[in-house]
Amino acid sequence: MHELREEPLPAAPPPPRPRGRAIVVTSGKGGVGKTTTTANVGVALAATGARVVLVDADVGLRNLDIVLGLEARVRHHVLDVLEGNADLDDALVSDKRVPTLKLLAASQTREKDDVDTAAFRGLIERLRERFDYVLIDCPAGIEKGFQNAIVGADEAIVVCTPEVSAVRDADRVVGLLGDRVSIRLIVNRLRPALVRRGKMLSVDDVNAILRLPLLGIIADEPGVIVSTNKGEPISLDAASPTGDAYRKIAGRITGTDTSAPEAPREASFFDKLFGGQR
Amino acid sequence: MLDFLKRFFNPEPSSVTARERLRLVLLSDHLALAPDVVESLKHDLISVISKYVDVDAANCDVTFEQQDRAVAMLANIPILGMKPAAKKPPEPPPSPEAPRVELTPASAAVAEPPAETLAAPEPAAPKPRRRRRRRAPVNAAAHG
Repeated sequence: MHELREEPLPAAPPPPRPRGRAIVVTSGKGGVGKTTTTANVGVALAATGARVVLVDADVGLRNLDIVLGLEARVRHHVLDVLEGNADLDDALVSDKRVPTLKLLAASQTREKDDVDTAAFRGLIERLRERFDYVLIDCPAGIEKGFQNAIVGADEAIVVCTPEVSAVRDADRVVGLLGDRVSIRLIVNRLRPALVRRGKMLSVDDVNAILRLPLLGIIADEPGVIVSTNKGEPISLDAASPTGDAYRKIAGRITGTDTSAPEAPREASFFDKLFGGQR
Repeated sequence: MLDFLKRFFNPEPSSVTARERLRLVLLSDHLALAPDVVESLKHDLISVISKYVDVDAANCDVTFEQQDRAVAMLANIPILGMKPAAKKPPEPPPSPEAPRVELTPASAAVAEPPAETLAAPEPAAPKPRRRRRRRAPVNAAAHG
């Protein structure tokens, strides 16, 4: 239904690759767009032909499935696998739109403390044997759920919005991630018009504090909300500039895109007048 | 009133305010997260002050507090008494040939060299912006 390329790459990624990359998407503060980022970056990565699994580590507050539009297809969840009640293969949900993408949903009726840290690390290791990218959607906070989510990852994407609270929490999370993990930054929900008028922190303001390699900048625009409403990640929308921003982020992760992230352009008068999507 | 007029004619963009507030809060966050740095700062402070006065080292307290436009370091160091040598200038200006490393040992009449020589070679800790508070030392229990 959504074609990103004329001809999808044949599913033959570089053969002698021992382990995939485990990347945790984290922020400290809640509500800055971790799950939306995980979904869109994951979809964009998988659309390049890479084998990608998205792991929802937000046990008790499962959301990645609904943002991806896969909520009706979840049969088993991460704790079923960890506790041996389901086979990993049975728990991995496929996405018809992007054949190389799989989802491992979080458990909705359990708590973060139910997850055994060592077992979770083992699960991420198993997934790294089978996938090129393991993206872990981290819960908000810095407690056990966060510790579990980061334990198996050696890369992190910190999602931060241009707000004082988000920057402060991101700074804390960067400190907790330490030197073991290589960290990159996505500035989410930027409103260029507000930045121009001095009413919002700019990307430079944010990164003057966090000092992280910048992976991408995502605009605060209605298209993201609309795509979430529908369960169709905006990175599948070939015409969307935001979708394009996510695809560029995927390119920077794989290493095919070496361009520096650009700030989103301001919505024009006509954009506002016609609103575009519904 | 003047403040109001100033604000009216020269409004500061709120992003500038945000930037400044973040700078301050992160400074104090980082200080709170670096107890070892604060501890070694406190240790050095006490050893410097002990050159001049006898202090109650066990009851010293160093805290950081966010004030309007800066993070202030508040040091509450109880003084037990003056030292006789305190009136002398602490060090002669270092002569060009003198090796810079040895500052304390034999030169001036300082009471307890061993503790100080131990503290001397500490690496420079990140410097917080400090502001002296102009009031008599009060009980440290206020900050807690």
